Amino acid sequence: MDQRSKILAIIRQVGGQPSDPAPEQSLFESGLLDSFTLTDLVSELEKQFSIRVPDSDLTPRRFDSVVRIEAYLQGRK
Amino acid sequence: MTNAELAPRLDCDPAWIVQMSGIQERRWAAPSDTVASLGARAAQDCLERAGIAPREVGLILASSGSAERRFPGPAAAIGAALELAGVPAIDLPLASAGSLFAIAMAADLCSRYRNVLVVGSEIMSRAIAVEPAGRDTAILFGDGAGACLMSAETGFATIQDVLLASDGSYADALRLDLAGPIQMNGPVIIMHASRKVPRAIAELLERNSTAAGDIAVFLTHQANRNLIARTAKSLGVPEEQFFMNVDRYGNTSSASMLIAAAEWWQSGMAMGPIVMTAFGAGLNWGAILAR
Repeated sequence: MDQRSKILAIIRQVGGQPSDPAPEQSLFESGLLDSFTLTDLVSELEKQFSIRVPDSDLTPRRFDSVVRIEAYLQGRK
Repeated sequence: MTNAELAPRLDCDPAWIVQMSGIQERRWAAPSDTVASLGARAAQDCLERAGIAPREVGLILASSGSAERRFPGPAAAIGAALELAGVPAIDLPLASAGSLFAIAMAADLCSRYRNVLVVGSEIMSRAIAVEPAGRDTAILFGDGAGACLMSAETGFATIQDVLLASDGSYADALRLDLAGPIQMNGPVIIMHASRKVPRAIAELLERNSTAAGDIAVFLTHQANRNLIARTAKSLGVPEEQFFMNVDRYGNTSSASMLIAAAEWWQSGMAMGPIVMTAFGAGLNWGAILAR
């Protein structure tokens, strides 16, 4: 599974919704995720991409779209 | 103030308030009430239940994030209401986590002052904007006060360990400026609280070789039912281990943990290891283990 497919699978898993967002669509404003599931998303990213997200990176904006998540993961490599 | 009364003023559905927070109703203070007057009533009730005369109190620690003025804070006024002129009274202007920090400090100070009266008192209804633009915070907060007595000699539990932390990097995410109303970046606060609180509890329990499942009760700041449920889930324990009354009082900031503790104590629940925990503006957070 490529990185984007993996991210989309995580969003479906934590958001509990079957539809995939557009790459730049706001996950929060579209209602796909809320404040709590956004936290779940970060935890799943940590698990599935074997990274540690420091508390200093905990801002919703960093994880608010597929493109932003991809950019964050790229920066963590 | 029930959701049915509040929702029309915020242009929202009462059911939405419950969905977002688990809150059904909250108390709002009367116009004549002050943070100090609510705190003094809680303090008097606490001392009566503890069987301690006010003159036996050696120190007052009063937390509030909603005091009416910059200074003096409510601590001295609470002391005056208890006729405790001469007894030192210290304000902790910490919202939400204030009573947790006060209890931690009192645990260290009661060897010097013998009986330390810890009070948390808040009138949050004067800090919110009761209008549609302020609905995200107006649905949450309520008014109230709680108190507990920390003694070097007597009590039903002993503080075993304390973990406190602060991080001013997110001070703007939850704040009450002098002109008000309260400003909260909900997603930022929830993300940090959802991670920091379970981690603090887990670290505290681990260094005391105690399993979360062995805790008799988690007495937590009553911020939001969803947040409390998430903390329980993160620790792998059932929600029932967390005492909750946020549905009836809303988020009473630094008073909430003391109000929860008082109701838990009065309900005659089984004793055992106790964890107190809170998270709030600052950011300030932590946990206390008592046995």
